Amino acid sequence: MALTLDEVKQVARLARLAINEEEALATQTQLGHIFNLISQMQAIDVSQIEPMSHAQDLSQRLRDDVVSEVDQRERFQSIAPEVHSGLYLVPKVIE
Amino acid sequence: MKWEVVIGLETHAQLSTASKIFSSASTAFGAAPNTQACAVDIALPGVLPVLNKGAVERAIRFGLAVGARIHPRSVFARKNYFYPDLPKGYQISQYEQPIVQGGSLSIMVGETEKIIQLTRAHLEEDAGKSLHEEFNSATGIDLNRAGTPLLEIVTEPDLRSSAEAVSYAKALHALVRWIDICDGNMQEGSFRCDANVSVRPLGTTTLGTRCEIKNLNSFRFLERAIDFEVRRQIELIEEGGRVIQETRLYDPQKDETRSMRSKEDAHDYRYFPDPDLLPIAIDEKTVASVRATLPELPQAKKARFINDYGISAYDAAMLTTSRDVADYFEGAASGSDAKTVKLCANWVAGPIHARLNEDNLSIVESRVSHSQLRQLVLRVTDGTVSGKMAHEVFNALWAEGSLEALSVDRIIQSQGLQQISDTGAIEKIVDEVLATQAQQVKDYRAGKQKAFNALVGQVMKATRGKANPQEVNDCLKRRLDA
Amino acid sequence: MLHASLKTLSQGLASGKYSSVELTQYFLRRIEQLNPTLNSFITVDAQKSLAQASAADAQRAQGRAQPLTGIPIAQKDIFCAKDWLTTCGSKMLSQFISPYDAHVIERFNSAGAVNLGKTNMDEFAMGSSNETSFFGPVRNPWDTERVPGGSSGGSACAVAAGLAPAATGTDTGGSIRQPAAFTGICGLKPTYGLVSRYGMIAFASSLDQGGPMGNSAEDLAMLMPVMAGFDARDSTSLDRPVEDYERDLAKPLSGLRIGLPKEFFAQGTSPEVLNAIEQSIVEYQKLGASIVEVSLPNMALSVPVYYVLAPAEASSNLSRYDGVRYGHRSAQYQTLSELYENSRAEGFGAEVKRRILIGAYVLSHGYYDAYYLRAQKLRRLIAQDFTDAFAHCDVLMGPTSPSTAFKLGEKSNDPVQMYLSDIYTIAVNLAGLPGMSIPCGLDKQGLPIGLQIIGNYFREAQMLNVAHQYQLATDWHQRRSPHFGEALTS
Repeated sequence: MALTLDEVKQVARLARLAINEEEALATQTQLGHIFNLISQMQAIDVSQIEPMSHAQDLSQRLRDDVVSEVDQRERFQSIAPEVHSGLYLVPKVIE
Repeated sequence: MKWEVVIGLETHAQLSTASKIFSSASTAFGAAPNTQACAVDIALPGVLPVLNKGAVERAIRFGLAVGARIHPRSVFARKNYFYPDLPKGYQISQYEQPIVQGGSLSIMVGETEKIIQLTRAHLEEDAGKSLHEEFNSATGIDLNRAGTPLLEIVTEPDLRSSAEAVSYAKALHALVRWIDICDGNMQEGSFRCDANVSVRPLGTTTLGTRCEIKNLNSFRFLERAIDFEVRRQIELIEEGGRVIQETRLYDPQKDETRSMRSKEDAHDYRYFPDPDLLPIAIDEKTVASVRATLPELPQAKKARFINDYGISAYDAAMLTTSRDVADYFEGAASGSDAKTVKLCANWVAGPIHARLNEDNLSIVESRVSHSQLRQLVLRVTDGTVSGKMAHEVFNALWAEGSLEALSVDRIIQSQGLQQISDTGAIEKIVDEVLATQAQQVKDYRAGKQKAFNALVGQVMKATRGKANPQEVNDCLKRRLDA
Repeated sequence: MLHASLKTLSQGLASGKYSSVELTQYFLRRIEQLNPTLNSFITVDAQKSLAQASAADAQRAQGRAQPLTGIPIAQKDIFCAKDWLTTCGSKMLSQFISPYDAHVIERFNSAGAVNLGKTNMDEFAMGSSNETSFFGPVRNPWDTERVPGGSSGGSACAVAAGLAPAATGTDTGGSIRQPAAFTGICGLKPTYGLVSRYGMIAFASSLDQGGPMGNSAEDLAMLMPVMAGFDARDSTSLDRPVEDYERDLAKPLSGLRIGLPKEFFAQGTSPEVLNAIEQSIVEYQKLGASIVEVSLPNMALSVPVYYVLAPAEASSNLSRYDGVRYGHRSAQYQTLSELYENSRAEGFGAEVKRRILIGAYVLSHGYYDAYYLRAQKLRRLIAQDFTDAFAHCDVLMGPTSPSTAFKLGEKSNDPVQMYLSDIYTIAVNLAGLPGMSIPCGLDKQGLPIGLQIIGNYFREAQMLNVAHQYQLATDWHQRRSPHFGEALTS
């Protein structure tokens, strides 16, 4: 099945990827080919199959409730684009 | 037209674990920004979540306390959206298979009990904080809170007024503290509600379009926000408008709700099972071991108080508002006779409650301990101090704050607050008073009952309130009627 | 030292023939001379490597040497290494100095190995040719106009051209095995969960698995105990004792049942590749193995299933790159939305963006059941096929890739063709099984051909035995490109 140009733009917005008209068109064509490939999946009856999320059928291990992390703010923020008074900065957000 | 209000609440209770739900960073409130945000919390490339056992146990505790089903297998899912206080670009939550399903909570609506059905309760991680006021043109992001465990507790749309919503929220708030899974500190955001509000013509059954009011962190705001929103929706419909499903924010300054701009984007959260986390398996043994650590629940305790101590339903409700209050009361009253128990109940519900409020203290911080109260009440029932003087002893105990039971007798002694019950001593004082109050004596003998009360007052005054009132009465009568 | 086995190098260090510093300097010199041509490494930091080497020498002097002490290992740039630039082949992380070590890096450090540098790779491991790297394509040492495969192309190239004695890779859909095949070296993707993913930058979490790349099965067997091992920081890490992967190397193969899935010998695979595989099967029969024909009926579905599941996980895994806490931030923004959209549009390359879009789409409202959920169900079907096949045999064999190394640019504009080149490797990741590629021939153009060996869960030691016995009988694994010999560095 083919994606519409609007769908391409919508999903780009959802994924926070700036996309111009030209890129959107090219992407539309490529995704069209890829979804053709993917559509092979539709031929199989899957109604009786349990989905598989993990390679092993195991359950989650639990960690004891213990604090072991120390403050590494200085180290972590040395690679941050913009910080002030220990805060990461972004353009003003209006809620 | 008559309208019916339909409300469902989603409550986020921060679980009282020491470390975060998926990392080993501290959850302590109030640290300097980003000093409790470890590599996992700031979502460095390559880091992975590991689930905190403490969070799972607390979710099970809650499920058991509300009579819900604890799912033997539940799954974490990713809720995908971009926001600067959400470092991974997704929140780890539970979607299709929550850990707790169903259950109910009993609330009081006026004098009647109402059962509120719960849909589910699921584990998820809290986001960080966006600070909009610190800088002129920027928002500052503090990720200390990111990854704090939350239990999101969702009701069915069973609530019919803001008062019911508040009553439910208060009952839930009391319960999560009662079972020790959340500190309930609303100022610090440990307990916050989202309210789904809609209205429909009375008598109809289809739900109206709802609006979700986010982040109500006080009972008062909850009430006001719902009241405003209900008025807004009714006015809107009555003027021919239509309610749009949206997320709204309550502004306490203006006492109104408004549409949230940051939520304008129609969200498509693209939930899917988190591949970094395996299903949580909870076996019967685990449930049983959590059940074994569960305290007596409020309803059970209330019933027991009524049964065992013979106190009224009203008092029992008052004394089971929190586990600490109940423990305090039982500490003071257990093993005593009915009269003593009643006195203890009155003290806890009355003066102690009032003083705690005055000094902004919780009952565990009370400056009069339960053993002191027990001793004090004992001294009232054995006649050592009068009920009136007991209040003076109480004030002195409160001022001193020693918490030792022995100090009750010490204060009574050192401040001379013992009741004077000795007949001879009282007769002497009565005689002295009568000698100076000829007019009152005359009035009484002329049939004025009021004069008798005045004379009692004079005697009490002369003893600075310490005389046993019954003795004073008897003695006066003997003398005057002789 | 060139193309010497790890055992030989270890003995050389032990006997004092050379020090770790000398050994490291030797490879650093080769990198210095050949990397401009091959583009195998993104980051080389001689000072750091040599400091580790001299620490290793000191350790040895104190009598505390372990098997890998002092041996330089090239690390795929997907593994976070403290204080090293860790780019994952992306502009997004082109300035990212990692503040911490991945579990794999920690393990190599405590084994006394020397980090020789960070190898080039497809951006965020998304690619089968190494052409999606922000740092430019890696060249195949056998023919520099050809790709080395991907995504662990830098690591494969480094081993094949003798820039490193061994390297690490990661494999989500064939990213260790296919480049190993294209460059004529050996690579092993272990059972999912054996190697911790902590600090290994995520592409598709339920499929990603780290593993060793080297000159021989014997070398891989030496590297495995270092890479594998339980790590509490990865919830999918398997809590089982580290095995001795060398224990079965010498076992004869008599009685071994080799399953040949008929779907591995389908049309579309180069006849020369098929011929080489058949020759190696004949060799195995000589070694005492018997052949069983088996079937993996749903294998053709593995490509579409993979290209739903992997992009879905990736789209979410890559949301953290938002220009707020680290990584590329666009200079062009006024609003938060622009900050996000521009930083991400500039920071990610075309293939990564393509997969993010596919992933976001298949997870989006209304499409989840038709794509994501359906793919998860088919994943179980594909995994079940392997279980059924292993009821009749001990290992499966077939080609690693339908072709030998293709030309740079040949498939880079045709994503579907590129995706289909992973046809033989992807199903193994979906099932979580161990898979391996070893050299088994050269085509007419002199390009290496890889034989894929697929084992049952946790049968790495057996697979290494199977590969090693073949390598005792043949010398394909010792063939090296004639263009990058010792003369160059002398």
